[in-house]
Amino acid sequence: MGKTLTFQPLTRIKTRTKMVINLDDNGNVTDAHMSMLNLRGFEQFCIGRPAEEMPRIVNRICGVCSCDHHLAANKAVEMAFGVSIPEAAKKLRRLMQHLAWIQNKILQFYFLTLPDFLITEPPRDIMALMKANSELALKAIKMRQLGAMLVEHFAGKVIHPIVVVPGGFSKPMTETEREELLKGAEELLEFAKWTMDFAKKEVFPKYSEIIEKLGVIKTSFIGMVDNGGNHEIYDGKLRLMKADGEIEEFNPEEYADYIAEDIQTWSYAKFPHAKKWGDFALEFDNPTIYRSNCLARINVCEKMPTALAQAELEEFREKFGRPCQYTLLYNYARLIELLCNAESAVEILKDKEITDQNVRAKFEIKEGRGVGCVETPQGTLIHDYEIDKNGFVTKINIIEGPDQNAAAINLSLKQAAKQVIKDGKYDETALNQIEMIIRAYAP
Amino acid sequence: MGLKVVEEFLNACSGCELSILNMGETWVDVLKELEFVHMPLLIDNKYFGQTGEGTQIEIPEADIAIVSGSVRNEEQKQVLEEIRKKCKILIALGTCATNGGIPALANMWSKEEILNSIYTNPPKDVPAWLDRVYALDEIVKVDVYVPGCPPHAKNIADAITALIKGETWSLPERSVCDSCPLKREKKASSGTVKRSLENLEFDPEKPLDEMRCIMEQGFLCLGPVTKAGCRGDSDAPRCIRARIGCRGCFGPIRKGAKPMVEMMTAWSSIGLNAQAVPDRRALLNRFIGAHNNLRPLPKR
Repeated sequence: MGKTLTFQPLTRIKTRTKMVINLDDNGNVTDAHMSMLNLRGFEQFCIGRPAEEMPRIVNRICGVCSCDHHLAANKAVEMAFGVSIPEAAKKLRRLMQHLAWIQNKILQFYFLTLPDFLITEPPRDIMALMKANSELALKAIKMRQLGAMLVEHFAGKVIHPIVVVPGGFSKPMTETEREELLKGAEELLEFAKWTMDFAKKEVFPKYSEIIEKLGVIKTSFIGMVDNGGNHEIYDGKLRLMKADGEIEEFNPEEYADYIAEDIQTWSYAKFPHAKKWGDFALEFDNPTIYRSNCLARINVCEKMPTALAQAELEEFREKFGRPCQYTLLYNYARLIELLCNAESAVEILKDKEITDQNVRAKFEIKEGRGVGCVETPQGTLIHDYEIDKNGFVTKINIIEGPDQNAAAINLSLKQAAKQVIKDGKYDETALNQIEMIIRAYAP
Repeated sequence: MGLKVVEEFLNACSGCELSILNMGETWVDVLKELEFVHMPLLIDNKYFGQTGEGTQIEIPEADIAIVSGSVRNEEQKQVLEEIRKKCKILIALGTCATNGGIPALANMWSKEEILNSIYTNPPKDVPAWLDRVYALDEIVKVDVYVPGCPPHAKNIADAITALIKGETWSLPERSVCDSCPLKREKKASSGTVKRSLENLEFDPEKPLDEMRCIMEQGFLCLGPVTKAGCRGDSDAPRCIRARIGCRGCFGPIRKGAKPMVEMMTAWSSIGLNAQAVPDRRALLNRFIGAHNNLRPLPKR
């Protein structure tokens, strides 16, 4: 008789999920999937709320990318009201996003991912890393903390921030704050450089065999780009890229012409896909299935916006091609972006115009629809609101970062499960390899 | 080895867990006294065993359990009950756990209305929703409350340190206003409460105690009916430091408080007309919709 294995909760990820693997009589995988176990219902309970309060409500969708939800909500409300924001506010928002991403990426790489690569026997976690290499673990804990506290310092809160408001920012940055933040950002940049070198020497080369094999699937990709087709995370167009390199580009507010969301009976997640490219089916090589988040962003972009990150991108493409389909290299792409975030934060903070006092535009409430799109450390995020003439939300659709990869994660884990479970033979270490594939997407 | 700890997130966002990490080096010190035996965000313990062959949800025994999130579905309820069975002291971490939090805004609708509006065909093979969102103490006994959305890292550290010493811990029954440095003149500068569509009046170069109270400037701030504690060791409540009004994320000042009534009194005491406050019911219950504070209104 066949057998069902249930892994619940999946661990070292940020959402409540389970993975189910079905085995046949011979102990080989017949099916495997990951279900999202929780739904809170923001798309319903935000209806009726005043539009200007939305950024302070929807930031609670995700503790890890609360800053990005906060930004997307503000952008959606601003589009509906027809507001354009002052330059200094744009700089403050971008700075906040880069700093928030830095601490997220440190969390993802050092706390959630690295134990899989550096620790050979379970338990594999940050506590084990502390025992195995306390200097490294303590450095990561300190640097993550520094990134978080820099945001708190000028924005009040780093988890569920409140400082971004429709029209701009709630307060200007002072010159003293700018100088202090710059020092911190420079320290983080040194750490990002060190991390990149460390990972290229001590981590990825030792795993080249499994990188080229485990959980590798062929998919399309989605990511934000600027007008020149370069890597962008706060404001730009969305670019879809097929596995063969074919490109479609569109403004985020047109997303419904390109993207549809499917539902499966076994998950609260929705399954966004590129409806332009055919009929969706949760099957290998279906061109409508795309991947999102860091690997997707560095695949779809022409260039990185900063010098060191661009040099890393060139080296990456030299080694792995474009688009790169190796799932485990999400971890590598993440560090190229970490470098870009740190370089960008330093660059923004060197610009004294960030302390300009004009940080909020005047605007009036009006009826309309707005779409706010930003990238997040989990994937492309879209907030779509309809607002009535009194400024209350009447309709809302949100496509969340982790859902953007729901289809791809399911295909990669199935592929990985087939590779590591053979003839009924498996152990905790082998099974953990399947979770390594899921963690690469950072759900 | 020190005290065994189980940490779990239920109907939550993982923000509370990040707040634990925001203790930074204090967290490293705390780890010397504690042994985490279950914490999905950071460590690999699974309910059905490490190779997925178990048949029922099992969570290790612990001295302290820290649980974030409210309870939305059958699975979360089952996990919470198992944790309660296996632990000596249960900490409700964050306002979702203590009062329902933002996800309890869902209690203004029936579960069917929500599921049918989100999915054309709601998924079936997933944990079934309970009738509404519950705070932890509506399901099991809670020993320590650490509210906040998210809680302040200092409060988490203080609570855990107290428990390590065998003491108990709670936030004092004070309001955000009691911990706020803004300047008060006891009367509002305008007659009606304004929506937050423009920035407050202040000089960014000057300290907070030279800025006028937000309510007195005529803008929304729920400081009078919200529990203090979000400022940690800093000079002011977190939103005030961002020059923004409070929205009540630490929940009510004391058990049995009536924020709706008390806030109306606070507005009228400084001569503000609260009739124009938009979406009052959801605003004043934004973080506290469990405990039957929010429920579906009868259809007109």
